[in-house]
Amino acid sequence: MDHQRAKERENQCIQEQPPKCMAACPVHVDARAMIDCVRRGDYRAGLAIFNKTVPFPGIIARVCDHPCQTACKRAEIDEAIMINAIEKACADHSDSDAKKPFMLPKKEKRVAVVGSGLSGLTAAADLAAKGYRVSIFEAADRPGGRLREFGAETLLSDAIEKDLSLLNVLDISLHLDSPVSNQGGQTLDSVLDEFDAVYLGIGPATVESSSHGLTISASADGLIAITPLTYSTSNEKVFAGGGHRYGHDYSPITSMMDGRLAAVSIDRFLQGASLTANRDLEGPFDTRLYTSIEGISPEPATPMANRIEGYTQEEAEAEARRCLNCQCLECVKVCEYLAHYKSYPKRYVREIYNNDAIIMGSHNANRMINTCALCSLCKAVCPVDLDMAEICLDARQSMVDKRKMPPSAHDFALRDMAFSNSDSFALARHEPGHETSSAVFFPGCQLSASSPEQVTQIYEYLRRNVGGGVGLVLGCCGAPADWAGEKALTDAAISAFADTLKEMGSPKIITACSSCLRLFRNHLPDAQVESVQTLLAMNPLPESASTKIPAHVTIHDACASRHDNVVQDSVRSILGKLGVKVSELTDNRHLSPCCSYGGLMSFVNSEVAEKVVRRRVDESDADYITYCAMCRDNFAARGKRAMHIFDLIWLPAETDPAARKGPGYSMRHENRARLKLHMLNNVWNEKTAEEEEPMKLSISPDVSELLETRMILIEDIRKVIAHAESAGQKLLDGKTGHSIAHYRPVSVTYWVEYSSDGDEFIIHNAYSHRMEVIEGLSK
Amino acid sequence: MSENGIASSAPALTCTKCNIELFLGKVTVSYLGSEFPVDLLKCPVCGTVFVPEDLALGKMLQVEQALEDK
Repeated sequence: MDHQRAKERENQCIQEQPPKCMAACPVHVDARAMIDCVRRGDYRAGLAIFNKTVPFPGIIARVCDHPCQTACKRAEIDEAIMINAIEKACADHSDSDAKKPFMLPKKEKRVAVVGSGLSGLTAAADLAAKGYRVSIFEAADRPGGRLREFGAETLLSDAIEKDLSLLNVLDISLHLDSPVSNQGGQTLDSVLDEFDAVYLGIGPATVESSSHGLTISASADGLIAITPLTYSTSNEKVFAGGGHRYGHDYSPITSMMDGRLAAVSIDRFLQGASLTANRDLEGPFDTRLYTSIEGISPEPATPMANRIEGYTQEEAEAEARRCLNCQCLECVKVCEYLAHYKSYPKRYVREIYNNDAIIMGSHNANRMINTCALCSLCKAVCPVDLDMAEICLDARQSMVDKRKMPPSAHDFALRDMAFSNSDSFALARHEPGHETSSAVFFPGCQLSASSPEQVTQIYEYLRRNVGGGVGLVLGCCGAPADWAGEKALTDAAISAFADTLKEMGSPKIITACSSCLRLFRNHLPDAQVESVQTLLAMNPLPESASTKIPAHVTIHDACASRHDNVVQDSVRSILGKLGVKVSELTDNRHLSPCCSYGGLMSFVNSEVAEKVVRRRVDESDADYITYCAMCRDNFAARGKRAMHIFDLIWLPAETDPAARKGPGYSMRHENRARLKLHMLNNVWNEKTAEEEEPMKLSISPDVSELLETRMILIEDIRKVIAHAESAGQKLLDGKTGHSIAHYRPVSVTYWVEYSSDGDEFIIHNAYSHRMEVIEGLSK
Repeated sequence: MSENGIASSAPALTCTKCNIELFLGKVTVSYLGSEFPVDLLKCPVCGTVFVPEDLALGKMLQVEQALEDK
């Protein structure tokens, strides 16, 4: 992922967009954060947040015309949050006063501010904090301008005096009774001679009547010509804003904004910087933040017992609890993986980019990148279609390219895939008695591993119903390599399959697994691919179809079929034909989560995989119907009653198929290998070489479970014992009398503790490590 | 990598090929191009080494993962 692409993806995520209240506020008060403090009863922190944006919090809290409330998301449900009243509660109930702002070192440049209304005061405070030497010229005998017009019920003089003590703190010279005009006092020209820049915050008065001694352009109706974005005038040293721009439509918070933004321009002017660059997010704007209001019950605004005093603490906190604390987090809400790492895609993209770009040091995001199920549920719920699957897969491919992929991450799954595409399982045959194939059945590796007997039954059904010769191709589609970011390996698997298809006359592919179906559609665009499920929906069901209909089931859609309505509908249609009563999970079809097999999550991060599968199985008490063998087995492994749709059609030997646990890793290999032999023997009448009597092992259920958790295959155990017994290289544990042996077939060293009983080996323990021990006596 | 968790409590282990008890000695372990000296039980005759379970699944695994993320 290059820097540009990373930036684009980061910007795509809207989680860090401001909430509507903040975006609508002319000076962007972080009302959401302030209200969150009040919710916790922390008025000091609430005031500090308010004060971060507003230099005169006591004044603004009392006079603000609060456009934030008009924008408030809560208004779409019932009533807007009383943000202004909560601001006032912060000012009233905080045990601390406004903080002294952070001040830059003093500069030599001097700025004059004409008028001490909100815009002038704000411009003066902001510029003084930036280190400029600021003087305010006020025509009246006290500062405040139009603030003095508010009645005492709204704004007591005490509150004004308290906040204006900031002028002293900031070392601002306040000149009262100091009009700037042509009639006595100073003229603007004389001020300009003395100062490096001037801000005019002269209120609604027109230029003629105010007679400020202006040497700047004004319109016919007496208003100074002010450039909207920069607040500049016809004189480059003079800036103007505030009530003068709005006449008698007084908006205190807009006046404050004008003072602030004019101060930005004055600072840029005095530093010789561009007045116009990067100013597009100043003032009120439309936020891109999306916030779901689904499921939120209406609740009216908290009433105020005393309208003059404002909210009590109890009232303010009750009102703060109504705040939606607007966030997007749509993807994080539905994905245990995204929630596990306690952040959201914007941050994850940055972490993933840094992980990819780093040359020295630890790649701390490796595990996070390799844990994603690549199921794209995030994209399905994202208001802007951001897809973490694409980002994580791209990162995995880059790790493989740079040889930075941790060898342990996908090794087990890739060896499983290699097994499926080896002679042990791989097979391609035309139907007996046919020289060509109109279609081939590709059951995939996991149905063959979980329910090999169903593969034989489905194949028989297809031969009867499809016609024209239905061939059989056994193997793995390449999905594990694709998920592992191993492009070369994926391409090799697909290209080998494509060659096989070509040799068979390019027949239609019939898949049993949603992942195979999706992979073939994506990688073999010219091939005709269809699912067994679709064929079953369109054709009469076989006679074997269940008569023991479960009372109540619900469907778990496969994440690989997220956007495949045809397969989703087919499954529902089959259940309809069977007369099964079906209820739907809330998150079904395109919103279905992964079962934790996707993206090889369960091999990389069992902790997150457990959370993912646990959340899904806890959603309903009904038996789950899946149409992917891995979903079924993953649910069943957690004690969830789950059946593959095929379990209702081709009854397994078990009396209660929903209670069947899927086979472990070793048995999955064995099932595939036996399926191939069974097919060759029974369908093609090919006599296979006599199977050698395998080494007899005795493994207790506890040890079996240990092997499963540690991902150690029985075939590896056999290799260790065979090596130890033939080479005589093993250790004897004096206490237990057990033999301990190790063997490293390729990149993992396996240790097995065992004893023997006649020709049987009893397995007591096994473990492995990847680190290589350099043995021998050289040192 | 100096701890192996077995030095004091481990039962006597014998190399069946050489019929001799293992003793604690210096062994080199390596992964992804990095090598570390470790004290492990080994056969004084043929050099066969014993890696105990707690070392393999504890410290050794930690170091493997740290090296994989380098």
